[in-house]
Amino acid sequence: MPGLAPVFRKEIADHFSSRRFLILLALIFIAGLAATYVAAQSIRDAVTSSGAQARFIFLLLFTASNGQLPPFVAFISFLGPLLGLALGFDAINSEHSRGTLSRVLAQPVYRDAVINGKFLAGLTTIVVMIVAIGLILSGLGLRLIGIPPTAEEILRLTSFFAVTAVYVAFWMSLAIMFSIFFRQAATSALAGMAVWIVCTFFVGMLSGIMANLLVPLGPDATLADVVRLQDTQQALARLSPVTLYGEATFTLLSPTARTLMPLQLLGLLPEARGMVLTPLPWIMSLQLVWPQIVGLVALTVVCFVISYIRFMRQEIRA
Amino acid sequence: MAVIETTDLTKRYGDLVAVDRLNLRVEEGEIFGLLGPNGAGKTTTVLMLLGLTEPSAGTARVCGHDPTRDPLAVKRIVGYLPDSVGFYEDLTAWQNLAYTADLNDLPMAETKRRIAEVLDRVGLTDVAHKRVGTYSRGMRQRLGIADVLLKHPQVVILDEPTIGLDPEATVDLLDFIRHLARSERMTVIVSSHQLPQVQRICDRVGIFSQGKLIAQGAIDQLGRQLFGAEFMLVEAQVRPLNDQTVTLLRGIPGVERVEPNRDAVLLALSRDARADVVRQLVKSGVDILAMRVRGSALEEIYMRYFQHA
Repeated sequence: MPGLAPVFRKEIADHFSSRRFLILLALIFIAGLAATYVAAQSIRDAVTSSGAQARFIFLLLFTASNGQLPPFVAFISFLGPLLGLALGFDAINSEHSRGTLSRVLAQPVYRDAVINGKFLAGLTTIVVMIVAIGLILSGLGLRLIGIPPTAEEILRLTSFFAVTAVYVAFWMSLAIMFSIFFRQAATSALAGMAVWIVCTFFVGMLSGIMANLLVPLGPDATLADVVRLQDTQQALARLSPVTLYGEATFTLLSPTARTLMPLQLLGLLPEARGMVLTPLPWIMSLQLVWPQIVGLVALTVVCFVISYIRFMRQEIRA
Repeated sequence: MAVIETTDLTKRYGDLVAVDRLNLRVEEGEIFGLLGPNGAGKTTTVLMLLGLTEPSAGTARVCGHDPTRDPLAVKRIVGYLPDSVGFYEDLTAWQNLAYTADLNDLPMAETKRRIAEVLDRVGLTDVAHKRVGTYSRGMRQRLGIADVLLKHPQVVILDEPTIGLDPEATVDLLDFIRHLARSERMTVIVSSHQLPQVQRICDRVGIFSQGKLIAQGAIDQLGRQLFGAEFMLVEAQVRPLNDQTVTLLRGIPGVERVEPNRDAVLLALSRDARADVVRQLVKSGVDILAMRVRGSALEEIYMRYFQHA
């Protein structure tokens, strides 16, 4: 398609040389280094306390914490959206406000080359960055604990980083969408942040409140009612991509996780009695959270499709 | 051959008719001025010619290509300078042009050669590797011209090219455009709301008002076309200014209309009858204190339409 390659090249160059990107890279990198280092220091305690999971020491580098600093997984689920938003929030509106869009579109290129090029460049940037951070942190972890990852662990880590890339891509996609709907870059950035904050902090609380309203538990509530309340709350919370990502990464990095149901509740269920916490093979963990992963991909695609349609129909003049 | 031809080209935004059944013909090698107040439909017309906006009705042809069906063919041969042209501020002029060249799929060697060539033509060679963010308004506009020339266009469309420029830079730019069109045999379309600028460089003009093309033609014909026989407006300060003088003036051949004001009289002439007017007045003992051409009828009509809009 004429124009796709030039737009892609320019956007990639822009991303990698922008201060915004360097700041976020530094932030995530420092967070990653600190979290991995702390995890490596406290790995002995973590191994003893995690029981069956002790076979997966390498994974603990990314999930274990000493209680003072959150693990890498928590950092990335918090900073990932910020990265995605930063890569996309002014993708289109800044071209409008600088007056470069009409100049670019007056060249012999199709209009969708611009938005496709920007999206692909953002995606590539995210993948490159996440692969780099993943490899560096794994290398560091290897130096610190001296135990190489097993094939199973490598699969789990790879899928974890892949899901992370999808997660960040979703936020970028959302930000690009806002950059088309809002003419001011600041408004679009704020809209993105608002969604991020709602999804990160409020969806958990609100889903609890909503679930209590929808499934009120009387004094004579049965176990089935409690399960139903729990299901409702979880279903509501899963409207948030943050929840989807949290569940997906938790399951992928904790081989013993067999269900996404809370453990206290699980203990009450008769069929769960005697269930042994043996680790699942990687493929089964993946199957367990496949809906979450598909959900994240779908959200990304939906945002992109809306952006695409809107962009193609938008008037060029401001 | 007509380089640009439109047939009943129409653009509606809801109830608003931005361009109303436009029939325009621009010949090869011509400098054509689209003249009209802001919001008269000039930019919309230009966007339709480039295929950046779809017409609601009618057709356009640019060098035989339909901009709606085959926008890439049109954009390959048409250079467009948008009003309020923008560049990537963090990139240098050279890098900005290299991006345009890349979008036009020029090979690297050709890119380098052409960038050097166009920067030299617009006189920006010395600052080629400075960030565009440091450029003045005039430099940006010249960079915009360089950007347009980069693809060696057959047709150049300039939308308000002199907006925001100081008078000297305006004159420079206009002369440059004129020179360019003549030396390269390029067809140039200039859209502007400033008559003097259009008059300075254009062979023919089309006057836009509220989406309609109300007149088109060579500048000197245009006045006649719009105003009937009148083609010159003369303001004369005479003493005494009474009914007798007015009657006398009306009797001079070539004087179409006489409008006495407070202390001067406005004469609309169908030919250059200034010498006759002076002779007659002096002969009748009327003093002429001052006389000046207040401009062409074109200016008059343009002002009148301008006020309507």
